[in-house]
Amino acid sequence: MTPEEKKRVIAKLEERYSRQYGRKFEISTKEALPHTLWGYGLELSRCIGCRRCVYACVKENNNSRYRPQLQWIRVLRLKRGNLINLENSEHYYNPPEVPEKGFIYMPVQCQHCEDPPCVKVCPVHATWKEPDGLVVVDYNWCIGCRYCIAACPYKGRVFNWAEPNIPKEEVNTSVHYLGNRPRMKCAVDKCTFCIQRVRIGRYPACVEACPTGTRKFGNLLDPDSEIRYIIDRKRVFRLKEDLNTEPKFYYFFEA
Amino acid sequence: MEKLREILKETWHFYRRTLSLVVRGSKAYYTWCLFLLAIIFSGFLFYVKQHDLGLVETNLADQVSWGLYIANFTYLVGMAAAAVLLVIPSYIYSFKPIKEIVILGELFAASSIVMAILFVMVDLGRLDRFWHMIPFIGSMNFPKSLLAWDVLVLNGYLFLNLLIPVYLLVKFYYHKEPNWKFILPFILASIPWAVGIHTVTAFLYNGLAARPFWNASILAPRFLASALCSGPAIMIIIFQIIRKLSDFKIEDRALFKIAELIAYAMFINLFLLSAEIFKEYYSDTIHIAPFKYLFQGLHGHNQLVPWIWAAMAMNVIAFLLFLIPGTRKRLGTLNLGCILIIIGVWIEKGPGFVTPGFVPDPLGEIYVYVPNLLELMVSFGIWAVGLLVFTLLTKVAIPIETGAFSHVSYIERIFRQEEEDQAWRQSSFRKF
Repeated sequence: MTPEEKKRVIAKLEERYSRQYGRKFEISTKEALPHTLWGYGLELSRCIGCRRCVYACVKENNNSRYRPQLQWIRVLRLKRGNLINLENSEHYYNPPEVPEKGFIYMPVQCQHCEDPPCVKVCPVHATWKEPDGLVVVDYNWCIGCRYCIAACPYKGRVFNWAEPNIPKEEVNTSVHYLGNRPRMKCAVDKCTFCIQRVRIGRYPACVEACPTGTRKFGNLLDPDSEIRYIIDRKRVFRLKEDLNTEPKFYYFFEA
Repeated sequence: MEKLREILKETWHFYRRTLSLVVRGSKAYYTWCLFLLAIIFSGFLFYVKQHDLGLVETNLADQVSWGLYIANFTYLVGMAAAAVLLVIPSYIYSFKPIKEIVILGELFAASSIVMAILFVMVDLGRLDRFWHMIPFIGSMNFPKSLLAWDVLVLNGYLFLNLLIPVYLLVKFYYHKEPNWKFILPFILASIPWAVGIHTVTAFLYNGLAARPFWNASILAPRFLASALCSGPAIMIIIFQIIRKLSDFKIEDRALFKIAELIAYAMFINLFLLSAEIFKEYYSDTIHIAPFKYLFQGLHGHNQLVPWIWAAMAMNVIAFLLFLIPGTRKRLGTLNLGCILIIIGVWIEKGPGFVTPGFVPDPLGEIYVYVPNLLELMVSFGIWAVGLLVFTLLTKVAIPIETGAFSHVSYIERIFRQEEEDQAWRQSSFRKF
């Protein structure tokens, strides 16, 4: 698309959104920053399983709220002594208080693989990896075949089974075309590491929402970044490394 | 130029006469077509609801994101591929009894492909964006996406299976010798192409490392083996219906030959399946979970268990029926075997194959998927479309093959019409 065409599409979308939600939208198309490769760190020994990240994410990213609520982050509760066999995990734990004795919590979201299987299988090029490493979807190009959902080993993608619904007063109007703009029925969507935030120098919403400092974020190409510090000095691992998807999402323990 | 004009004229003439043949028929024919149209219409109403409100109207979810539609799709691709079992003996080895029916097999393949494509269409969330997949107009991810491959090979196969029988039928109609130099390459191409459509469909699942149940290299051979059971089985039944309802002669010998081929295919199918089961159960790794969900139940969830064991029993019984010449060569037991195979393979390859791929999901969750009424009705609608397409195609093909419908038979038209009506009256639909 030429810049002119892009502008026209954005103007049309902004108009449609403002009609639908009664608010003025600003849709950014900000390109990837040069010399940037976003990476994520998650310290398993700190996570208390409170799910604040889950709800902050839903709100920031204009996810559909009811029936069903689309969540990009899923927190698994594992019995101590387990980690790799996720069949023993509980996704819908609901105790009066967290953390619970005898359990650890492992949040999982899109791992922004360097070699993403979801991108490979898409029959129409509706999803791709941006130069800064973010795996994004063009919601207006997706045909809803859900092949990417079948291909993802991390359940990083969700589907808008129905027309998404967001209460007007809760709509986030500061959006990115490839990120949190309101979606439509029967297209796929996913975590973008808050592309609308990170490309203007802010942290993803989940990083900000975490009360325990479990979540870290930064530029993998910058030797002085926090994420590089973690990779160099902590014991890190990535989920399902055996699948060669090369996630840019590093789990680590205090060590 | 002159020749082209003549071809066009001939085609148009043939088309017009065909149309009048299709719209005229006996009472039973009208009843049958109206019955199918009614199912199609109600299926369509359900689909409209799904289209308006979204796939939320199905029982699918992020955990099990493909279900009954894709299960039927997989099964029908196999059905279509199975025409090759008729093409090889007839065109390559000139086994006469089968040569006479091969065109029906090809038309059946075309109808199956139509159904398979429809099942993909109803499964798409955004049918309005279907054109994104069309090469050059949209943006097809070829050769990386196996789904793109599938779209190409399925449409190619549909083209072949319409071109070949229609070409031959038109030639028969005009009492002309087919130009074998022209059509033979297409016939030969249709053989590897049939293997191709099912291999590509198997690879569609096979290539996903995220789904250990599908990520087994035995998948494509298994798909082919089971397809060579179910497709011919349904054809044996259809051939018997056709010879009851029309003058079309189909020898028992042809049916028994097909049944014998099914027996071999079923043996290979069962062997490949047991090889897979051995590997999973003996090594007993984390990847056994979907097998356990399918065959034994997992953490108390055993929705599929009775189904898969019923399917296993059906397949084994049918195998024995077709293996023993005594039961293979008796129409009663032959038909029983066919029905067992049609259902058994459908379970094994449809719901028994698609659902366990998603259970447990990559993060270990078990989501219980059972299709709902809407999914069932839409599926019935599509099956009815396939049957209607096949009915209309054979309505033209059979009189051509029997010689009742041909260019020189203008004078005999009235006589033929009477005869046809009589045939329809004699036959009764109560029989099936």
